[in-house]
Amino acid sequence: MNVRDVAHLARIRLTDEEATEYQSQLDQILQYIEQLNQIDIEGIEPTAHAEDIFDVIREDAAIAKHQLSQEAVLANAPETAHDQIKMPKVVE
Amino acid sequence: MNAAELTIAQLRDAYSQGVLTPADALQSLAKSIDEKDGDIGGYLSHDLDRALADAESVDMSKPLGGVPIAIKDLINAKGHPCAAASKILHGKYTSPYDATVVRKLREAGAIPFGRANMDEFAMGSSNENSGIKPCRNPHDTDRIPGGSSGGSAAVVAANISIAALGTDTGGSIRQPASLCGVVGVKPTYGRVSRYGLIAFASSLDQCGPLTKTVQDAALVLQTIAGPCERDSTCLDEPVPDYTAAIGQDIKGLKVGLPKEYFAEGLDPAVKEKVEEALRTLESLGAETVEISLPNTEHAVATYYIIATAEASANLARFDGVRYGHRSAEADDLLGVYELSRDEGFGAEVKRRILLGTYVLSSGYYDAYYLRAQKVRTLIRKDFTEAFQQVDVIASPVSPTPAFKIGEKSSDPLAMYLADIYTISANLAGICGISVPCGTVDEGGSDLPVGLQLLGKPLGESDLFRTAHAFEQA
Repeated sequence: MNVRDVAHLARIRLTDEEATEYQSQLDQILQYIEQLNQIDIEGIEPTAHAEDIFDVIREDAAIAKHQLSQEAVLANAPETAHDQIKMPKVVE
Repeated sequence: MNAAELTIAQLRDAYSQGVLTPADALQSLAKSIDEKDGDIGGYLSHDLDRALADAESVDMSKPLGGVPIAIKDLINAKGHPCAAASKILHGKYTSPYDATVVRKLREAGAIPFGRANMDEFAMGSSNENSGIKPCRNPHDTDRIPGGSSGGSAAVVAANISIAALGTDTGGSIRQPASLCGVVGVKPTYGRVSRYGLIAFASSLDQCGPLTKTVQDAALVLQTIAGPCERDSTCLDEPVPDYTAAIGQDIKGLKVGLPKEYFAEGLDPAVKEKVEEALRTLESLGAETVEISLPNTEHAVATYYIIATAEASANLARFDGVRYGHRSAEADDLLGVYELSRDEGFGAEVKRRILLGTYVLSSGYYDAYYLRAQKVRTLIRKDFTEAFQQVDVIASPVSPTPAFKIGEKSSDPLAMYLADIYTISANLAGICGISVPCGTVDEGGSDLPVGLQLLGKPLGESDLFRTAHAFEQA
């Protein structure tokens, strides 16, 4: 596990100190986790979910009372302009 | 009468006798917070004016009418700040909506009052990972209150709150309840809606009460539990009358004692207190039975793959774009993401995101995440089989009483291993309660110890019945 590669996937820009510290801490944790490889899981189904409920769906339609106003959403935005969230240029 | 020292039941009595008004209770609480919270750090903030305004329109005929309740900082309450004790949100996000649990509290007449301190994004077992400020155990302020709902437990224990909401993903209600000497309940997964909770691990998180008495816990859970159309993992099951379980006897109750939970690593003084509690249960007519949960030794490893994997996905939304901290140094998209997240998240959060990202990444998913999900099935089966023999399971909550602040913070793995008695319940989705069972003397302080009772899925009534009988004995 290379912590810098993983940090890029996780979109976190680590400092050199962080990369060094976390590399060794995570290596230690991963070594502990290796014990799971000794367990016989032949024929065992994974549990993604503690209960056995599936396919809980609803009508694919907007529910007015569940919606937030544009004002409410923009209120928490770091930077806004023209009723939108403002960002640095994405496309050159 | 200092309202801050009352239980919910006592406060409601005082209201019905006309001895106090909700405004009086709030003023008392605010005064107690001013006097004591400086030394404890249980609250990140509290808004008396807002609470007094809420109090004016409360329906006092409702079951929690006029009862102030502290809210763990990762639960959205409209108009309140919400930061999960993280710099990435602190001071930068005000909730535009109520979580279902907060809506239900309000409908029952309760008043959300105060944002309770916690480990950042619920990642921790000591509250030392709060991105804002430390929280201390009221029984000994050199020691941790536990975590991640450390603030919730501390404010109830210190009588600067009547009751609190917390969340439990790997023990984060039960363990701080145990270390602070209060009652804490983790409901069955899906019993309480997660809508409006800042998600840590979506298949493990549950919101529950921290209170001074078992009866209070039953009343709060009664209020917040139930179906929710906004949470597809919330069970469509009616809520039984938990308060009806209060006062019922436990004659003939079969209590399982998992041998793996009473083995090495358990502090002898804690063990002694828990065993005394078991003798009390027996004197009340319960029968103890030794059982085995053979996959216990794999629980911590399983949890730290599944929880971190889910967390890495859930925390991807904190990207500096729509809310929260955006780095002033960022001048391109990647910078907005990478710098905002590095600046805003604390070390433990970053570690867990990295671990979670790794175990889900291409080439590693089968070896780690899929394998852990299969071991999870084995852990769940251990409990299903145990509950065929027994009604509830009893154990310690924590291998030790509260340790000193700083004692374990340089060794993340040592911290993780202390979750051993609580963590399996989240993996299996079952319910659990921590109820105070005495104190142990360590370094001249009397440190609380909790008795954990675990129940089968939707078995909360048995937990309340047993815990209440024990509490009253």
